[in-house]
Amino acid sequence: MSDASTSPALGRIADLVKSNEVVLFMKGTPLFPQCGFSSRAIAILERLGVQYETVDVLQDPEIRQGIKEYSDWPTVPQLYVKGEFVGGSDIMMEMFESGELQQLVGERA
Amino acid sequence: MPMAASEIERLIKASLPDAEVTIRDLAGDGDHYAARVVSRSFEGMNRIRQHQAVYAALEGRVGGELHALQLETAVPNTENLSE
Repeated sequence: MSDASTSPALGRIADLVKSNEVVLFMKGTPLFPQCGFSSRAIAILERLGVQYETVDVLQDPEIRQGIKEYSDWPTVPQLYVKGEFVGGSDIMMEMFESGELQQLVGERA
Repeated sequence: MPMAASEIERLIKASLPDAEVTIRDLAGDGDHYAARVVSRSFEGMNRIRQHQAVYAALEGRVGGELHALQLETAVPNTENLSE
């Protein structure tokens, strides 16, 4: 049970999302992703050639739970660009293939 | 515990009756699926909302019982799906 409005994890997530232009919540690290979906998300970010931050949810149970509530999204990875939720790895791939993701990260905030 | 493809399809159609659902068992282990869901009800929704509608249909199983569901959503007969 958690009250979304008072959960400290949600506040920490909001800070991470606001203070990093491109941030990926993932399982594992860019070098050692612990899940195929996270691995795919990293591969896309590498292809984009942008600077990005990552948060390993496996290292932080509070964030691991909180990130599901933050954007009402049940899975990890989750990508945020300029404070906005973009999607999981499937949406990242679709947007990468259509060129939308390049446009999104390329535009200066 | 693995979930049958037919059960995934049944749940999606229970929420989105017009949906055209195509499911592939990616690893042949009943645990890693790819689903393509085409429905009129996605009209006017961005991709995030479309995926959320499918997750809602699966009633909390995605991310739990159903670990690996690669998802693609679309509206029938539209060329441009961008929000």
